[in-house]
Amino acid sequence: MGVFDPLKGFGVTFSTMFKKVVTEQYPEDYRPTAARYHGRHQLNRHPDGLEKCVGCELCAWACPADAIFVEGGDNTEDARFSPGERYGADYQINYLRCIGCGLCIEACPTRSLTMTNFYELADDDRQRLIFTKEDLLAPLLPGMEQPPHAMRLGENEQDYYVNGPELARKAGEVAQ
Amino acid sequence: MTVAPEKSAELVVPEGHVKLTIDGLEVVAPKGELLIRTAERLGIVIPRFCDHPLLDPAGACRQCLVEVEMGGRPMPKPQASCTMTVAEGMVVKTQHTSPVADKAQQGVMELLLINHPLDCPICDKGGECPLQNQALAHGRADSRFHETKRTFPKPIPISTQVLLDRERCVLCQRCTRFSSQIAGDPFIELLERGAQQQIGIAQEKPFQSYFSGNTIQICPVGALTSAAYRFRSRPFDLVSTPSVCEHCSSGCAERTDWRRGKVMRKLAGEDPEVNEEWICDKGRFAFRYATAADRLLRPMVRDADSGQLRESSWTEALRVAAEGLAKARDEAGGVGVLAGGRLTVEDAYAYGKFARVALRTNDVDFRARPHSAEELEFLAASVVGTSPESGGVTFRQLESAPAVLCVAFEPEEEAPIVFLRLRKAARKGRTKVFHLGQWTSPAVDKTFGTLLPCVPGGEPAAIEGLFFNSGTAEAFEALSGSGSVILVGERAAEVPGLFSSVLRLAERTGAKAAWIPRRAGERGALDAGVLPNLLPGGRQVTDGTARAEVEQAWGLAAGALSAEPGRDTDAILGAAAAGELGGLLVGGVDPYDLADPELALRAIERAGFVVSLELRPSAVTERADVVLPIAPSTEKSGSYLNWEGRRREFGTTLDGTGALPDCRVLDTLAVEMDADLFTQTPAAARANLERLGATASTRRAEPPAVPAPPAPGAGEDGVLLATWHQLIDNGSLQDEEPNLAGTARTPVARLSAATAEQFGVVAGEQVTVATERGSVTLTAEPADLPDGVVWLPLNSGVSRLRRELGAGHGATVSLRPQARGGNS
Ligand code: SF4
Ligand code: FES
Repeated sequence: MGVFDPLKGFGVTFSTMFKKVVTEQYPEDYRPTAARYHGRHQLNRHPDGLEKCVGCELCAWACPADAIFVEGGDNTEDARFSPGERYGADYQINYLRCIGCGLCIEACPTRSLTMTNFYELADDDRQRLIFTKEDLLAPLLPGMEQPPHAMRLGENEQDYYVNGPELARKAGEVAQ
Repeated sequence: MTVAPEKSAELVVPEGHVKLTIDGLEVVAPKGELLIRTAERLGIVIPRFCDHPLLDPAGACRQCLVEVEMGGRPMPKPQASCTMTVAEGMVVKTQHTSPVADKAQQGVMELLLINHPLDCPICDKGGECPLQNQALAHGRADSRFHETKRTFPKPIPISTQVLLDRERCVLCQRCTRFSSQIAGDPFIELLERGAQQQIGIAQEKPFQSYFSGNTIQICPVGALTSAAYRFRSRPFDLVSTPSVCEHCSSGCAERTDWRRGKVMRKLAGEDPEVNEEWICDKGRFAFRYATAADRLLRPMVRDADSGQLRESSWTEALRVAAEGLAKARDEAGGVGVLAGGRLTVEDAYAYGKFARVALRTNDVDFRARPHSAEELEFLAASVVGTSPESGGVTFRQLESAPAVLCVAFEPEEEAPIVFLRLRKAARKGRTKVFHLGQWTSPAVDKTFGTLLPCVPGGEPAAIEGLFFNSGTAEAFEALSGSGSVILVGERAAEVPGLFSSVLRLAERTGAKAAWIPRRAGERGALDAGVLPNLLPGGRQVTDGTARAEVEQAWGLAAGALSAEPGRDTDAILGAAAAGELGGLLVGGVDPYDLADPELALRAIERAGFVVSLELRPSAVTERADVVLPIAPSTEKSGSYLNWEGRRREFGTTLDGTGALPDCRVLDTLAVEMDADLFTQTPAAARANLERLGATASTRRAEPPAVPAPPAPGAGEDGVLLATWHQLIDNGSLQDEEPNLAGTARTPVARLSAATAEQFGVVAGEQVTVATERGSVTLTAEPADLPDGVVWLPLNSGVSRLRRELGAGHGATVSLRPQARGGNS
């Protein structure tokens, strides 16, 4: 052991004082994540508020951690939740199990399921970490209407899917 | 494939066989075999859609193309292997060895997919779809078709339970062939031509089939889906458990698919000896009764103060039940046991043993329907103990019989799989089917049968007539052919002298007689000894040797079993109503199924102490002192004996629900009464029953010998009532199934034109059928009934004959046209 070694040690400590700090002061200082961070899921909506989820369970199928439970249901004339015949009647994600891999997002055929950047998923109650459809559904934006309701955009189904977003945007402009 | 036959080892070609080569493998096949099947036997799978082993070949989809060489010369084009039969020296190359076949198959697949929508994510078939699988295995990776697909409006209901999505259809015609060939109900047809070709509902004929669910199962794409199962789950989250249908005495193999403790659907299981690959719609769709909201889950005891039933602990309920039963047994004249006809063999055995050991009585009967002493004799003499092993009649024998006579038995309504076999046999032209009944019901037509008409109650006289009457000589002669069969149904018990006549006819012609009850548990309960005159294994109560065997096996003192046959259901109820019986132990019995529901209800009210073992509230639980909940068939294991006497064993589908089978409840109840049944589990009950083995006693029961009464008449102003159950009716095991109920046959009153005229009834208008108890009003429909007879369904819609009229088959009723009301 050399005579100057203790000094060297202090030197390291001292020099660090002039470096950039990596510690984050969470939660006072809440930093945004990377843009494509795998955070909490969201069930998206069509521009008129109908749900995109068709209850096909492909996300549940893809999930390596068996964190997702879905049960489909029939849309009827009086109660339509999504365009088409089928909707997700029951949708649950268990965040105690979810490993954030995002395979479910890739599996989703309707782009209903996406991930947000929200990561504050901790709780002291296991039950509260099972998110249901109500928790996961995207908020209603202006121009959207809480389902059940009929398909509001376009003349027919084709029109709804292909031109729906455009039509909604136009409708929004007119309203403003 | 590494085990190619050695070149030197020449294959021997037996008589009636040919030798051919498939993918370089030499194979011997029976003449007439289809190429696709021969290949299958070699383990070579040729893709296919329309081919189905139980349907006639159609060659509709062209997916099974292979290259064929005959006599050294290749055929000009690839051939459909599902329609081509094997021939000597044929050389076949499938997609595995022939690029031509492979390309042809890929081409067909591409064509099929041109108009097939890409909605697999929302299609019920997704995940178990032959089209999906084969497109992946034999299709092209991408499509060259970029134009707009042909679309049809999304599903059209073919019936309340089958939906058709024409876009998805690949026109394989499996469904149309099933309905015309197997079921005989051409409810679904091919319509239009070319690109517009589609499946549709047969025009102008109301959709009507008891077997429509099978089309859903055999559709190789998701074009036919079940309204009840629609979107409920995907194949990968289902657990499949083999099971046995609990509805009728056919005992079909089923597959129960469940998810998270709930049954999602039932499919036909495969059993070539029994149901082949089909089941009826009742077996397929009626299962939600077990999850009805009113299902009994906790024991209940009648509160002494309020007189109301209140939930209790098992300990309390069993103690109260045991005390009450013991008291009724010792002080109030005894306890009668009504077990009901829907028990597994194991549960039935527990009822019989409980009656004999804990209640020390022979007053036990499983027959929750009209019955007779003659029936008891018939069952004891000719039915109990018969099985396929002991040479009893089987499904297969029906298929090869030269003639089958159905007596007081409506196969399509009472045992639909028997009907399918009869139709199959008759369709091949081998079997002549005769129906001794009242009118040309759909089953008569669809089995290409001959109706031997008689008035209700006149069946015995008609059978006696068969011997002498020249008009029916044909039937008599056909039945004399070796291997002929006579099938007797449950309503024979309502016709005095009929069982005796059937046995006489069987003796005269050499035909075998078989009994086909309607309920799944009746045959098992018979063999388990749940009758006043029979102990387990067909041992007669009056037979000392047989009794001694049972006493020994059950560890009873010698002479503990009574030698006196007990009371049957009616006598038990009569005695209870008269205050002679102190108590009743009632299994799954609906009083409204009994010959006299009023008497039954009075008896249950009068009986000092009533214990009811039930699944859901009923007229019995309402009046019971203790109600003990029991498990439905999905939540227990056990076995049924089907009408053949074949054991149909099944395991527990939903485990750990806490529901107890009857045998377990009775075992514990017996322990409370200081008796041991050793039926804690179905397996234990089974072992206990098997320990008894076959009897060493040589005494045979005497067959009934009631002389045939003359055909009855109804007098001047009455008519005779003919009636039987329809398959889909008001039965409580069909509760909670609106989709199924929608396919029930509309209840109508059938009568001949002459009778209608005599009573001033107009076809298509309402007619009222009445007894002094009450009346039933239905639409009149003309049919070829004998004059002076009216037919009504026994328990369909408003036509609840036992409840409203207190009448059954052969009763005299009055008939009057209903004055037309304002808007009805
Ligand atoms: S035929 Fe009978 S046993 Fe078979 S599925 Fe139908 S009800 Fe069940
Ligand atoms: S399977 Fe051979 S043509 Fe369809």
